[in-house]
Amino acid sequence: MLMNDSSAAVSPQICGTPALRRKNLGAAGPEKFTPEFIQKQVEEFEIGKRHLANMMGEDPENFTQEDIDRSIAYLFPSGLFEKRARPLMKVRLSADLCFPPCEAVQWGPDGRPFHFLFYTGKQYYYSLMHDLYGRVLKVEKHQDQLRAKGLFPTEPKQIALGTSRWLTKEELEARLVEPISSQDYEYFIQLMERLLAMPCCSLEQQFVMSHRQQLEAQSMHQVVPPLQKDDAGVDFSTAEGRRKTSRGSVVVRDCGAGRLTVNGQDYLHYFPVLQDREQLMFPLQFCGLLGRFDLDCSVSGGGRSSQAGALRLAISRALLSFLPQSEGEAMRQAGLLTPDPRVRERKKPGQEGARRKFTWKKR
Amino acid sequence: MSLHRLAFRLRPTVTHVRSLHSSGYVQQQEAVAVEPEPESVSVFRTQEKDPACHSDKHVGQFYTLSSAHVRPLFPDSLPWRYQQQMKTFNETCIMVRQPALEVISYLKKADYSQPALRYVFYGLKGTGKTMSLCHTVHFCYTQGWLVLHVPDAHLWVKNCKELLPSSYKLSRFDQPLEATTWLRNFKITNEHFLPKIKLKERYVWTKRESTEAGSSLGELVDQGISRVKSSSDVVGAVMKELRLQSGQPGADFRLAVAVDGVNALWGRSTIKKEDKTAVDPEELTLVYNLRKLMKNDWSGGAIITTLSQTGSLYLPKSAYLPQDLLGERGFDSMDPFIPVSVPSYSEKEFESCYLYYMDRNWLQHPQSRTEEGKKELVFLCNMNPSMFERLCGYL
Repeated sequence: MLMNDSSAAVSPQICGTPALRRKNLGAAGPEKFTPEFIQKQVEEFEIGKRHLANMMGEDPENFTQEDIDRSIAYLFPSGLFEKRARPLMKVRLSADLCFPPCEAVQWGPDGRPFHFLFYTGKQYYYSLMHDLYGRVLKVEKHQDQLRAKGLFPTEPKQIALGTSRWLTKEELEARLVEPISSQDYEYFIQLMERLLAMPCCSLEQQFVMSHRQQLEAQSMHQVVPPLQKDDAGVDFSTAEGRRKTSRGSVVVRDCGAGRLTVNGQDYLHYFPVLQDREQLMFPLQFCGLLGRFDLDCSVSGGGRSSQAGALRLAISRALLSFLPQSEGEAMRQAGLLTPDPRVRERKKPGQEGARRKFTWKKR
Repeated sequence: MSLHRLAFRLRPTVTHVRSLHSSGYVQQQEAVAVEPEPESVSVFRTQEKDPACHSDKHVGQFYTLSSAHVRPLFPDSLPWRYQQQMKTFNETCIMVRQPALEVISYLKKADYSQPALRYVFYGLKGTGKTMSLCHTVHFCYTQGWLVLHVPDAHLWVKNCKELLPSSYKLSRFDQPLEATTWLRNFKITNEHFLPKIKLKERYVWTKRESTEAGSSLGELVDQGISRVKSSSDVVGAVMKELRLQSGQPGADFRLAVAVDGVNALWGRSTIKKEDKTAVDPEELTLVYNLRKLMKNDWSGGAIITTLSQTGSLYLPKSAYLPQDLLGERGFDSMDPFIPVSVPSYSEKEFESCYLYYMDRNWLQHPQSRTEEGKKELVFLCNMNPSMFERLCGYL
C-alpha cells in the first residue's frame, strides 16, 4: 500500500482527486472469497438444482450431476467447439476455475492474518523451511542423546530412497500454492540433502518421502494382452494398434507358418510397397520369431503408411503375451510399443496450411 | 554306400534330394571329399537340357538353355527383367516347375488328328506364367514344331503409333509397325521352316504385286517385311496358311501357337480413331486374324496361352481368374480350354532360387546369406517369384 502511494506521487497527475486514486488502488487484485461466501454460493446452487429438477419434471431428491449436465445441454444448446466454453452448472471447490484456494482470504474479520508468517509474503514456503529446520534440529538432538548414552550406531540405517527423485520446482509450487523463485527452491533442496546426510535421518523418513516423486519403470504401465487358447488348443492373442487415423487389430496364432492375411487379402496384394511389408516384419524380426506365427489382421482408416504403422503396433502388443518380461522391455526400448503421437496439425486461419504462411508481398 | 550316407548328412532344408544316386550331385556347401566330382554341380541345377526329358524329379531345378536355342527362339519375347538377368548372369536358366511340366506332358500325349487343344496359364501377378509359357515353347522348338509366338498381345491393342485403314476390308485397321516386328521375329524363329512350306492360294497385294500359290512361306514373309504397308495382311495370310496346312496329312510339321496376354484379344483397346472414338479390338486386322487362330477348328498342333493383368487395360488389379480377365466374350470363345494354375514358389522352389542367386553371387549383402536373412526374404516377398527377384536386386 505504501509503495503504491509513493509511485502515485511521483507519476504526473493527469486527472482526478487523491480520493479517486485511493479507491482504484483499493480495488486492485482479484476478489477475495471468504468461506462464508463460498458456503452461500453452494446453498444457492442446491436451490437452483431443485428448481432445475422441477423444470425437467424429475425428482429433485435424486438429481445427480449427470442429470444437471444433460438438462443444461438440453435447455441451452450450444454449437461451440470448445467444450469448456459451453454453459456449465457445477460446483468445483478444488484448485480450479471457480474458487481457487489461494484466493481464499487469509485474515480474519479484524484484519489480523491467520498464519504467523503472513507478512513474509511467502507464508507456506517459509513455514515449510521452518518445519524442515525444526526436524533437522530434532535429529541432531536425537544423535546427541544416542552419543551420550553410547548407543550411537556405527552403521546407521539410511533412508531407502529407491527410484525416486525430488519434487521439481513446478510440483513444489503446485503444492505450496504460491510462486517460489529458483533460489528458494535451491535452498529447499540443500536443506533436504543436509537432512539426508545425517546418520539418524531415518526418523524423518516419512517426511522426506512425502517430498519425493516415485519414478516407476515404464514397462510396468504396459498392459500385456492375455494369452487365449482356441478350440484346437492353439495359443492366440489379440491386440489393437493405431497410428494417425488408422485403427488396426491383429490376431496372432502360434504354430503357424508365417502366413499373413490383411482384411481377407494376401498381404502381398494389400501392401504392394516394400516399405509397408518391412514395417509389418519389424516386430517379428526383432524378436527372431519370423516363421512361427500366423497373423490375421484387419485395418481401416488412414493411408497405406499409417495402416502399416497401426498394424506394427498391434503386432508388437500381441507378441508381448508370447514373450518373457525382458524381451518385452527390449521391445519397449526399441520403440515398438510406443504409439506414435504425431497427428495431422490443423490448418490455422490466416495461413495457408498448418505452418505455411501466405506469400508475403512487400506492397 | 558313401553317397547314401551323404544324403542323411545334408541340411534339413534339402531333404527332398532324390536323384543323388543317378547323377552324383554333391552339396556345394559341404566340405565333404567323399566322391569329388570335377564339375561344380549343385542341387538346384540339372544337367538335362532337353525339356522333353524333364520330369517330376527335376521340379525346382534350373536348367540352362543353350545360346544356340535362345537367340532364334526368343528374339524379343522374354520378359524385360529376365532379359536383364540373362545379360548379367551370362546364361539363360529357367526353373522347371509343375505347371509347365503338366502342359508338356499333355503335349506329349495329345492326339494331333483331333482339333487343337487350348491351354491357359493363369495365376496371381508375378508367379511365373510367362516363364512357364517360354519353357513350353522351348519344348515345342526342340521337338521341331513350328512356333508362332506372340510375345504380348497387349502391345497390339495399345500405344499404336500408326493406324492405317485396311486395304482388304474397309472397316478394319492395320498396324504396320507391330506387324513388321512380329514378322521379323517369326522369320528368325522359324528359319528352317520357311522354304519348306508352300502356299496354297494366291495373294494379291496391289495391282502389280502378288504372291503366287506354290511359292514358299519365306517369300511371303519377306514380302511383308519389305512392304510395310501390307504387312498386317501378310500376317493374316501367314496365319491362314499355317492353319489350313497344319492339319493336313501331308504336312510334316506341327503348329504351336503361343500367345502371352491372350485376354487382350477380347478386352478393350486404347487406340482411338480420328474422331476420338475407341477402336474395338475386332476392328484391328492383327487381332482379328489371331482370334481366328484361337478357334480350335484346326488340328495338328496346340494353342498355349497366358492370361496377364499387368499389361491389360481397364481391368482391376485384383483380377486373375480366367473368368475375370477374359470377360464374357473371351471366355465363350476360348471355351473349352485346359486351365493350368501357376502358383507362387513352394518351399523347395524358393530354396532352389535362393541357392541359384547365391551361386551367381547376386546376393551381396552379408545379412542375406544367413538363415535370418533368408527368413526375412521369405516374409517380404511371400514366395512370389517376381517380388523375390526385385528384392534381390537391391541386395
